[in-house]
Amino acid sequence: MHIFPFVVVVYILAVGLYGIVTSRHLVHQIMCLIVVQSSTYVLLLGIGYKTGAVAPYFYDIPVHTPAVDPVVQALALTDVVVEAAVTALLLAFAIQAHKRFGTLDPQELVQLKG
Amino acid sequence: MTPGQRRWIFLAAMAGLAAFYVWGLAGLPGFGNYPGPYGDIINRIAVAQTKATGVVSAVNFEYRGFDTVGEEFILFVAATAMAVVLRHLRHEREEDSPGATEDWAVPPASDSVRLVALIFTGPVVVMGWFLASHAQTSPSGGFQGGVILATAFFLIYLSGEYLLFRRISPVDVTGAFEAVGAGGFAAIGVAALVMGLPYLKNFLPLGTTPGAVSSSGTIALISFFVGVEVAAAFILIVGELVEQTLLVRQGDH
Amino acid sequence: MDQLLPLAVVVPLLVAAAISALTPLLRRRRRILDSTAIVTSAVVAGMLAVIMIRVAHQDQTYWFAGFRPHHGIAIGIDFETGPLSAGLACLAAVLVTAGMIFSWRYFERVATYYHVLMLTFLAGMTGFCLTGDIFDMFVWFELMGVSAYALTAYRPEERGSIQGALNFAITNSIGAYLTLSGIAIVYGRTGALNMAQIGQDIARHRPDGLVVVAFVLIITGWLIKSAIVPFHFWLADAHAVAPTPVCVLFSGVMVELGLYAVARVYWSMFGQALTGQTLTGQTLGNRDTISHAFLALGLVTTIVGALFCFRERHIKRLLAFSTISHAGMFLTGLALLTPLGLAGAAVSVVGHALVKAALFLCTGIVLHRLGSVNETWLHGRGRRLRATGVVFTLAAFGLADLPPFATYLGKGWIEDTSSARGMTWVIALLVVASVIVGAAVLRVAGGVFYGLGDPPSEDPQMAQESSEETSETDEGKQRTPLTMIIPPAVLVTAAAVIGLLPRLGSVVEAAAVRFQDQRAYNATVLHGARVAHVTAPYPAEPAGVTVTDLVIGLGTAAGAVFLAFLALYWRRLPVLRRGFEPGTGLVRPLRRFQSGVVNDYVTWIVIGVACLGGALAFSIHG
Repeated sequence: MHIFPFVVVVYILAVGLYGIVTSRHLVHQIMCLIVVQSSTYVLLLGIGYKTGAVAPYFYDIPVHTPAVDPVVQALALTDVVVEAAVTALLLAFAIQAHKRFGTLDPQELVQLKG
Repeated sequence: MTPGQRRWIFLAAMAGLAAFYVWGLAGLPGFGNYPGPYGDIINRIAVAQTKATGVVSAVNFEYRGFDTVGEEFILFVAATAMAVVLRHLRHEREEDSPGATEDWAVPPASDSVRLVALIFTGPVVVMGWFLASHAQTSPSGGFQGGVILATAFFLIYLSGEYLLFRRISPVDVTGAFEAVGAGGFAAIGVAALVMGLPYLKNFLPLGTTPGAVSSSGTIALISFFVGVEVAAAFILIVGELVEQTLLVRQGDH
Repeated sequence: MDQLLPLAVVVPLLVAAAISALTPLLRRRRRILDSTAIVTSAVVAGMLAVIMIRVAHQDQTYWFAGFRPHHGIAIGIDFETGPLSAGLACLAAVLVTAGMIFSWRYFERVATYYHVLMLTFLAGMTGFCLTGDIFDMFVWFELMGVSAYALTAYRPEERGSIQGALNFAITNSIGAYLTLSGIAIVYGRTGALNMAQIGQDIARHRPDGLVVVAFVLIITGWLIKSAIVPFHFWLADAHAVAPTPVCVLFSGVMVELGLYAVARVYWSMFGQALTGQTLTGQTLGNRDTISHAFLALGLVTTIVGALFCFRERHIKRLLAFSTISHAGMFLTGLALLTPLGLAGAAVSVVGHALVKAALFLCTGIVLHRLGSVNETWLHGRGRRLRATGVVFTLAAFGLADLPPFATYLGKGWIEDTSSARGMTWVIALLVVASVIVGAAVLRVAGGVFYGLGDPPSEDPQMAQESSEETSETDEGKQRTPLTMIIPPAVLVTAAAVIGLLPRLGSVVEAAAVRFQDQRAYNATVLHGARVAHVTAPYPAEPAGVTVTDLVIGLGTAAGAVFLAFLALYWRRLPVLRRGFEPGTGLVRPLRRFQSGVVNDYVTWIVIGVACLGGALAFSIHG
């Protein structure tokens, strides 16, 4: 079971990218982008895990108890905020796209090409 | 590419990418065997150095505080940009008389929704505040607390009081809070610079008991600013999106 | 520790927050807003120039919150700056200042958002250049990205803006997430986020699959940002629709920052592991495979960009494709792996940024005065914009590598180093691309500002695209304001002057050698050592101006002029009719790839990563 969580990471990435590539609806595409981002969360948190260790909060446990890696948790927290920001912006674009193009199908949202 | 071609080409390429990726991941130490050293060192020294028992918050606001400054500003930019992107076609509509919003038809909420929203608003605010002020003790912090605080405002919207929602969080004021939150965080670091210390060095008294609300120096202060900023940013973002829904409804009439 | 380093990033952030907080007061006071923004970016440029001078002989390290390395292990974030990093950040600040001066008063604005976004964009770029921590680099990359997406969609009434912003945001976000995956993997191996520490750690053993995969994933995000084929599709969509000062930044610095990051990640982290030697003298990896892989990417990009550039009639999109072509050139310089190649790429970047900024600003003036960016419609109508015409033509010659512009100098060094490595065919391809790009821009100059020849023909698709672009300014269309014409004039002059600086070659190459020496970098960051002798993996060659360079430079410019005249006068020579009509020849099948649909772009990203990964996998196995 040493590598199984990491294989799941690749699977989530593949599913997300497949969703983006075959999408016919912009909001669906943005949600698939979130799925792609989720694969990085699983990867980060999976890397920091230690079997048998506790969460790194020493409020009521002795300081030298083996704990999991706090750094990846902080990184994941940062990423969640970044993703929320990007998603909000993309959804705003989606609203404007609907207003201007009258459709949310990525294959129709083409003003410039060639 | 036609959609059919695209699907097959993608699947072939993704198979290659997946194989490549798994090849790389096979070199990792294996799930459950984190080798360190960064995390282990931080776990050992964080409580003594910062008098905070919440090590993740210590990492976020102290050891890697500068990353958090950047991330705060990412959220700030996104919330600001929402207003740019979603602005009305008619210029400067925000500056029309506030009474213009009164004729927007907000769908009435059912009584049970109103009751639940009313009951929960108070506890949600308390919960959010509690989380935002306890970053250094338990699994909480500015981000979590800020999002929950923003939820209290959404409950007001959900109970059908859109105008009240807009009146207690007008765009300019919320935007100002957000800017103060983000700027305040950056300014704490500058305060350290002014004292001749490196940027973002913890210069406030650390307290004696690890994990008390008043301990850990700037971590608690930074967490407060982050809470304000995140709450304001989410109110702005959701407020903008909600306004679009109402505009669409108004346009239908 | 030098306090200027954090201030260069924090000052624009604080000013942006302050402006945003005071929006109700500042909404109407246009002049205060503009002046504040101009002063802030000028101050940041000044700070970075001072930093650049201070790091001329020794890199500077700044540890945030006072957390110095703990027994050689970094526990905090650091800024690690050398002359190349500081120089690139300074260039960004200079371009922001030029853009803000250009948009004085006339630029249509919404409350305070434009100024806030430009300042956060500047802060993101500066942080990205100065940092020595890989996750910090990712954070500033995202700040840069989000500000850029918002600035691209600045005029959401235009359909092209929304399409451009969406394609930009989705492709670059995927790139960022792939980069983050790579960072996570390398953290899993080394337990560190500091670039020096990671580099030291992975160079201890033979590189295995993990190192290669981490490298490829990390640089994918940066390659997407720098619009290298096949990750380049978003750039034409985004550039064509962003407001003029924003295009200046995109083409001038943002794309180049992606390549800077590739160089930084390679030479600070992975270079020694992938192609260097361990302490015991055991050779790791295969240097030539990596060099050839990136050379291939760079040269394909430069040719594809040039071909698409030539057949465009929408001036901004034409300039965008020329940026893609130049990005390929810079990558070629980097791919040669020598200090002279890196120095050539660095100076080319500076020259290109100044010249391209001038071209975009002049296009902005045309848009302001004449209300269009369609080359066909504008034919001959620019005659009364005399000053603009002169500046634009000079900048076009700069793009065509005419001596003494800095673009000519940089490209000359790249060519010298390719011939030193025995790859003269690289020179031929670079020259061909420069000729085509130079000819396209000179064609615009000659046609629009001097009415030479006949208007270029276009198909209905192209006519429709550029007709949507409407004016970005509110008022004052009878004369060109000084605030609009002076920045491009200054920038073009600077590009020429830089090419004439006498000791530029030795200074830049010394900086390049220091950039490439991973061992010295590790020692400086982790142990604070002052390293006297720096050595790069490849020897440093003399960086001067040879007769061959001069001949090639003049020849390229002459070739560009000749091709431009052909493009303007071909109708009078019936034998050439088929070659110059848009939609015929080589380019037509290629055009279908630029479909405008983001699903296609993402498919190409996956194809690109898979192929690059496969190629580099061979570098350690075969």
